Amino acid sequence: MSQKKELLKINNLKQYFPIKGGVLGRTVNNVKAVDDVSFTIYEGETVSVVGESGCGKSTTGRAILRLDDPTDGTIEFDGTDLLSLNKKEMRKMRKDLQIIFQDPYASLNPRMTVRQTLNEAMEIQSAVPRDERNDRIAELMETVGLQPHQADRFPHEFSGGQRQRIGIARALSVNPKLIVCDEAVSALDVSIQAQVLNLLKKFQNEWNLTYLFIAHDLGVVRHISDRIIVMYLGKIVEIGDTKSIFENPQHPYTKALLSAIPVPDPEKKTERIFLQGDVPSPIDPPTGCRFHTRCPFATDKCAEEVPELRNEDYMTDGHAAACHYIKAIESGEHQPTRETSKVRDV
Amino acid sequence: MSDEKILEVKDLRTSFFIEGNEIKAVDGVTFDVPKGKTLGIVGESGSGKSISALSILQLIDSPGEIVGGEINFKGQNLLDYSEAQMRKVRGNQISMIFQEPMTSLNPVYTIGQQIREALKIHRGLDKKDGTEKSIELLELVGIPSPRKRVTQYPFELSGGMRQRVMIAMALACNPELLIADEPTTALDVTIQAQILELIKELQDEMGMSVVMITHDLGVVAETCDYVAVMYCGKVVEYADVKTLFKNPRHPYTVGLLNSLPRSDVDQEELIPIEGTVPAPHEMPDGCRFAPRCPFATDLCHSELPNLDDVGEGEQVRCWIYTDEWDGDPEVKVYEPEKRTSED
Amino acid sequence: MTVYIIRRILQLIPVLLGVTVLVFLLMHLTPGNPAQLMAGENAPPEMVAQIENRLGLNDPLPVQYFDYVVGVVQGDLGTSMRYNTPVIDEVAPRFWVTIELALYATVLSIFLGLIAGIISAVRQYSVADVSIMIVALFGLSMPNFWLGLMLMQWFSINLGWFPPTGWGSPEQILLPVITLGTAGAAIIARMTRSSMLEVISQDYIRTARAKGVKERIIIYKHALKNALIPVVTVVGLQFGALLAGAVLTEEVFAINGMGRLLVDSIMNRDFPVVQACILIISVVFVVVNLLVDISYKFLNKRIDLND
Repeated sequence: MSQKKELLKINNLKQYFPIKGGVLGRTVNNVKAVDDVSFTIYEGETVSVVGESGCGKSTTGRAILRLDDPTDGTIEFDGTDLLSLNKKEMRKMRKDLQIIFQDPYASLNPRMTVRQTLNEAMEIQSAVPRDERNDRIAELMETVGLQPHQADRFPHEFSGGQRQRIGIARALSVNPKLIVCDEAVSALDVSIQAQVLNLLKKFQNEWNLTYLFIAHDLGVVRHISDRIIVMYLGKIVEIGDTKSIFENPQHPYTKALLSAIPVPDPEKKTERIFLQGDVPSPIDPPTGCRFHTRCPFATDKCAEEVPELRNEDYMTDGHAAACHYIKAIESGEHQPTRETSKVRDV
Repeated sequence: MSDEKILEVKDLRTSFFIEGNEIKAVDGVTFDVPKGKTLGIVGESGSGKSISALSILQLIDSPGEIVGGEINFKGQNLLDYSEAQMRKVRGNQISMIFQEPMTSLNPVYTIGQQIREALKIHRGLDKKDGTEKSIELLELVGIPSPRKRVTQYPFELSGGMRQRVMIAMALACNPELLIADEPTTALDVTIQAQILELIKELQDEMGMSVVMITHDLGVVAETCDYVAVMYCGKVVEYADVKTLFKNPRHPYTVGLLNSLPRSDVDQEELIPIEGTVPAPHEMPDGCRFAPRCPFATDLCHSELPNLDDVGEGEQVRCWIYTDEWDGDPEVKVYEPEKRTSED
Repeated sequence: MTVYIIRRILQLIPVLLGVTVLVFLLMHLTPGNPAQLMAGENAPPEMVAQIENRLGLNDPLPVQYFDYVVGVVQGDLGTSMRYNTPVIDEVAPRFWVTIELALYATVLSIFLGLIAGIISAVRQYSVADVSIMIVALFGLSMPNFWLGLMLMQWFSINLGWFPPTGWGSPEQILLPVITLGTAGAAIIARMTRSSMLEVISQDYIRTARAKGVKERIIIYKHALKNALIPVVTVVGLQFGALLAGAVLTEEVFAINGMGRLLVDSIMNRDFPVVQACILIISVVFVVVNLLVDISYKFLNKRIDLND
């Protein structure tokens, strides 16, 4: 790990969105969408951020591209502090930093042909000399599995999967270093999703691309990621390599999340941990550990002390979970304080 | 196959008539639901699974129309029913819940008003009794402080809570059949687990039958007893759930399983289905799946196979399993060892 | 709720002040000396100067404005230059005539517009729908003074069913109200139609059908209440347009309402009356829109008025 190059380094990132109210319309409170998040992404790897709605995973992705301006923290990309850049410098930086959205249709200009869209991307970033652009477009179209002559069509003439390929082609057109994939395959049917996932993997191998993958589908995440970050209510609850997260999850939330996924195998017995209720509001998140209101293992300490990410000796390098009791739970010393699990009968 | 069938759908056809063209969204669909069991209808977008479900209750809006087939519910063909007779079935003997809990409740009426409505129509309960029964139902679906909730409006509830309200509403008159159209697709995975568990518990308790429409094979494996796989408006495979996952027969079913990224095992690679679903106006003449099928022969491209019995309660619509098959006689459609490196 | 209403009322103050500033400046910057007008064309300059002095027309503009606003707040709208009577006495009786006219026209346009719009939406693309939409387009495109003249020609002069002018008896009221309400009815019908069509395709309508609710109840209970939300906005805006339309309607039917008073006063450069009329119309408009916003709360529970 240590000899790998750090491509993106996020320190103490906070993103609050103010809520206005009262007679004078002052800021009465904040939605703490992302609250003190730090992590590093190394060149050439795929890191996934997972969690349920409202956990702050998409906000984190947007903050990295400065689509929203973060409230606090630093984002260092390839040695440059992104938050210190002005608009013009940031625009230049976007050549190296691309994003693919969930809804490819909404993110493509319906009045521009694919060629115009790709041309514009290259023009803005002056990534490719003008006379080479048509060749480059043909090459890109083929790379993403489309016919070069389809470049003169409009977005509505393509299917959802094809539009997502165009979104990928646009992101690739400027030779970026990092691509943020914000639920990039979530809207696709599974047969098409597999095509796009394979495509993303192929490009990574060929061009040493780095992906920050934001997704809620844990099957997709397991397939594509090298490392995984699990978020809950604006905070990282667990981070680690894919194998450790899936096979040796430490945080009670990660365990519950993984156990909740329906497994496409009717003969497999799974123990399911049912969480009580809904995710609390990020406006007034619970004190202490934010998961304590739903956690099967919660104690009074959890309601008071904010747990730090910690690595215990039995865990792999770089695997850490933010829970006071991981070791005690692992050893069986700390038992659930409420009844929540259930074995599914086959 | 000796089980009593609560619902038998035969050769159902539902089309949309747009600008003089007939788009066959559901094109001769046949399946049945054994009493007290759950049938999963699985397929990707455009497979016609939701239209099939809406057709059962005849909730198809213009320009859509049911153009043929039979929907036998307890031996009676619902397609022979008048609109007034159908209204007595809807929400009473057959209920339905939908994909989007956020938009499926009327924003301007309270939860109580909306649950009460079905009770008033089918049971003639007045406001007082209706409210009491609504509170009971909310309790049944696990909504905390139901007495307070009946007076609240949908926007005051989370997505998971709203889906519970939808279920309470659907169960108000003890239906014999519940149609759940992607009931958890819009929900987070931990909430999905709660809702699926709830449906299962209530099914056991009330003995109702369920039709579960979904695109998620995990949901199918967990909740269904039987499965119908749909592709382009047709059922391509029907089997009990264990058989379907252990021994899938149709190349499309196999393709779905092979392209599914799984959270429970490590996979070397995903094997996608090549190509895309054909547009409704350019349906192939032969097997709908032939253009994407790795095994397709001339026969597949030119003629549509029937949904034939291939075993005890198993049906598949594929030439490979017929005597007419003109391709490799030793063809292996499903090779599980190709999929996973562990497990 | 209360916080919201208080905040909205506070927001009215700058709006209304702005209106007074605009009206005040507009009248003072237009050519023509009111003192001269009051004194008569051939009056000696001393007399004009005396009148100017009495009316404060020689004071700097801000001082005049300040005096005006202080007066208004105390309920003193000034003295009519033409009749030499308190403006309030001139305006008050005519105000009620205009309000009556506008209210009747609003009721008529809501009634006709809603019924036509609902029929159109429920029977989309039917003969009824197409006919209603064609009639609505006519109603919308017709200038109301022309419609008024045509109605008068047919029903008063040719058929002799209704008196051609005046205000008070039911016969007198009908033609002006139709004249003024038609455009509004057309707009409301179109709005209701499109709003209903949108609502009918919503998921919760399908939920209601799946419950076994009768189609008629689905339309009137489940769809209409939701469809009304945008319609109410239009009604509010329409009320403002009606006040403007009342000016022409009152001229055509010779009704002694505020519209006629306003026109006459502008002709005569009767500043205080013009200012009073515009101020009152503005207040009515703003208050109606406030009521519209508040009525949202009762239609749509989702709008949190405290935000």
